[in-house]
Amino acid sequence: MCGIIGVIDRHKQKMNGSGIKEALSLMNERGSGEGAGYAAYGIYPDFEDCYALHIFFDNLVEPKSKVDDIIQKWGRIVHQEEIPTKEQPNLKRNHVPWRYFFKPYTDLMPGSLTPDEDIVKYLVMEINSSAIEGALVFSSGKNMGVFKAAGWPEDVANFYKIDEYEGYIWLAHNRYPTNTPGWWGGAHPFNLLNWSVVHNGEITSYGTNQRYVESNGYQCTMFTDTEVVAYLFDLLGRHHELPSEIIVKAMAPPFWDEIDEMDDHERALNKAIRLTYGPALMNGPFAIVVATHNGIVGFTDRIKLRPLVVGEHGSRLYISSEEAAIRTMDPQVEDIHMPGAGEPVIGRVVT
Amino acid sequence: MSLGSVPLKYRIQIDRQQCMQCMRCVDNCSYGVFREEDDGNILIDSRKCTACHRCISMCPRDAINLSERPVDYRSHPLWTPEAREDVINQSRSGRIVLAGMGNAKDYPIIYDRLVLDACQVTNPSIDPLREPMELRTYLGQKPSKLDIRKQENGDFELNTKLSPNLELQTPIMIGHMSYGAISLNAQLSLAKAAAKTGTYMGTGEGGLHKDIYPYQDNMIVQVASGRFGVDINYLERGAAIEIKIGQGAKPGIGGHLPGEKVCTDVSCTRMIPAGSDAISPAPHHDIYSIEDLAQLVRGLKEATEWKKPVFVKIAAVHNVAAVAAGIARSSADAVVIDGFRGGTGASPKVFRDNVGIPIEAAVASVDQKLNDQGIRNKVSVIASGGIRNSADIAKSIALGADAVYIGTAALISMGCRVCGNCYRGLCPWGIATQREDLVSRLDPEVESEHVANLINSWTLELSELMGAAGINSIESLRGNRSRLRGYMLDEGTLDVLQVKPVGA
Repeated sequence: MCGIIGVIDRHKQKMNGSGIKEALSLMNERGSGEGAGYAAYGIYPDFEDCYALHIFFDNLVEPKSKVDDIIQKWGRIVHQEEIPTKEQPNLKRNHVPWRYFFKPYTDLMPGSLTPDEDIVKYLVMEINSSAIEGALVFSSGKNMGVFKAAGWPEDVANFYKIDEYEGYIWLAHNRYPTNTPGWWGGAHPFNLLNWSVVHNGEITSYGTNQRYVESNGYQCTMFTDTEVVAYLFDLLGRHHELPSEIIVKAMAPPFWDEIDEMDDHERALNKAIRLTYGPALMNGPFAIVVATHNGIVGFTDRIKLRPLVVGEHGSRLYISSEEAAIRTMDPQVEDIHMPGAGEPVIGRVVT
Repeated sequence: MSLGSVPLKYRIQIDRQQCMQCMRCVDNCSYGVFREEDDGNILIDSRKCTACHRCISMCPRDAINLSERPVDYRSHPLWTPEAREDVINQSRSGRIVLAGMGNAKDYPIIYDRLVLDACQVTNPSIDPLREPMELRTYLGQKPSKLDIRKQENGDFELNTKLSPNLELQTPIMIGHMSYGAISLNAQLSLAKAAAKTGTYMGTGEGGLHKDIYPYQDNMIVQVASGRFGVDINYLERGAAIEIKIGQGAKPGIGGHLPGEKVCTDVSCTRMIPAGSDAISPAPHHDIYSIEDLAQLVRGLKEATEWKKPVFVKIAAVHNVAAVAAGIARSSADAVVIDGFRGGTGASPKVFRDNVGIPIEAAVASVDQKLNDQGIRNKVSVIASGGIRNSADIAKSIALGADAVYIGTAALISMGCRVCGNCYRGLCPWGIATQREDLVSRLDPEVESEHVANLINSWTLELSELMGAAGINSIESLRGNRSRLRGYMLDEGTLDVLQVKPVGA
């Protein structure tokens, strides 16, 4: 179950959230009203140099003052406010969504190659690993944001006034929780820094993947298998500086039989990836779309136990669980096709 | 006052109506239970029986019956018959009691209190008959990250050089059993089976006999404290080298092959004089720290031009995780952990039954420690000691092992009935003996087939277990504690295993 859709405009022309809201709502059969969410890139041009920390607060007294304290130790709050929302009759407000625009003091993380990002990552892990009761960071990238809650897609979109945001990349997710609770933090997209993930499926290798990311300084706190994908992309993409195609090869690699048939160069490359990144290999049924500032990548598990459809129209690339969702968003869409199992579909910003 | 004899353990009886006096029992029993009398009758001395079952297996008329402990003691919860017999035997001999095979005490078996997961509805299980199932395993050092750059033409350039790894078609290997401890025919059977199944076996510390040379690509040569059979030729022939520090059946002590087992062939292979005792000291006399171990690891690598992985084997003991973490930093490519159920040809019984810890806990704590230190992926972990079936293997891997060694199970597939008398050198199955007439009973062609069948069938079962859990690659089972649950295990053990209780 679960419905996913992602779109990128490769020329960075912005789209408001109304289209993706409709597309996601079309896939309501794939959800259960227990979780929906949206991620949008390019939405905070006024604060594009700041990290936008979206945080669920249980209340604005104790947890918020603790969060204020910890993040002010590590940087400067340029601006903060409650995320504008509009009450919806079918959506129960469980948390107060708040956003900080934050600039880290980079000299506080000596030895790091990306000190600002490592400071933000540290803050996310620290706050979310119950260090601060009643606060949960659910979005932490620059000039982007995640908006999610336990509810139906249209209610969540209306609650956050998604129509009013304009972004050049959008991800959206309609959740049908099957093995973990339906709660605000468990809704997709999952995010760390600029990485956002929507996922349809269940990752049977979760225990292995979780241990791998945890041994590399991440802490899984969301009670669901999807957050490891965001952390894996951050680890392999940011720390290991692997290209997107290689990250996908690590997570959904070719079978050994296929590797054996490759030419020497390809065989050596693929063997090295499987040996080194075995614990990052993901098993189970999944279709995933991951976004970052300069592109999106969609891929499925190695035997394609979950659907994934791709469509293109002009500078826009759509990746979704259903063709109908793409057509809802863009009736003129062309080149509808279905990628092979484990085959990455990549849409990059062209500047 | 005489202590007298202890009551016999087994009683052998022959159904005289069924018996056709073919004398196969007489010929087959190397322990001398059966004797042909002048009148053609068969005389039985049950006191000599070890329950090896050779006579029963060879009797064409199913005329032989064996019962255990026909004479009992007064029942007592503390002074078990075994406790009393050990006291009596030691009072008589004044010696250490020797024992063969693995720990025979009734400790709870953790494997049997762990249950595996299976997919239902939302997460489809995978059918191994129709979908690819990957059990290929690479043992050796892995880099923590790769340096891959995209070139202008779109190709990817790999700038990281991998360390040599062993490629296994199944995560099941055959553990180290030396020539000397077992017969050449037994070793040959195992070696042929390893080659047939695309896996590896250990030489043990007995050197590499020239008859095994054809299978050297599937052999892991062992360097133990006695250095028996170790020279550059030996090192170069192995696919990998294993330094043995400890053994699960006897942690903290060395080995002893009695001189009477050191026949000419064994003496040549071990490079020691015929008839001399082959004694491996408890410690390696050049290793008293991790730094010393690192020197030997690197020395062996240097000698073999850094082309072969070097493993280090230790017994599972209380601080095994910290020791393994040290080994991981010694340049070793794999750490082998041998649990307290590990088998042996001969061990002081008090060691075999009381020293060490279960392999399940040892593997879990080693995996956790290496993971906490961020070096789990740097080194492979091999579990051994008491692996009885494919479920034990799946559970070992889920607890953090890359692969397992099997020992006793491979011997059972060649006929061994776990009678526990290996140290006497009279194994009637031709396995743990050097007596030529007994060795010749074991046909390497036939027995290699049996061992290969065992490995293949466990590999198939492992595929099915993985498929049921929705996993099609062994990498995704490794360390995957979420696919395990503990049943009737205490909180402390669950905590060490990092496994949730059933229902959670």
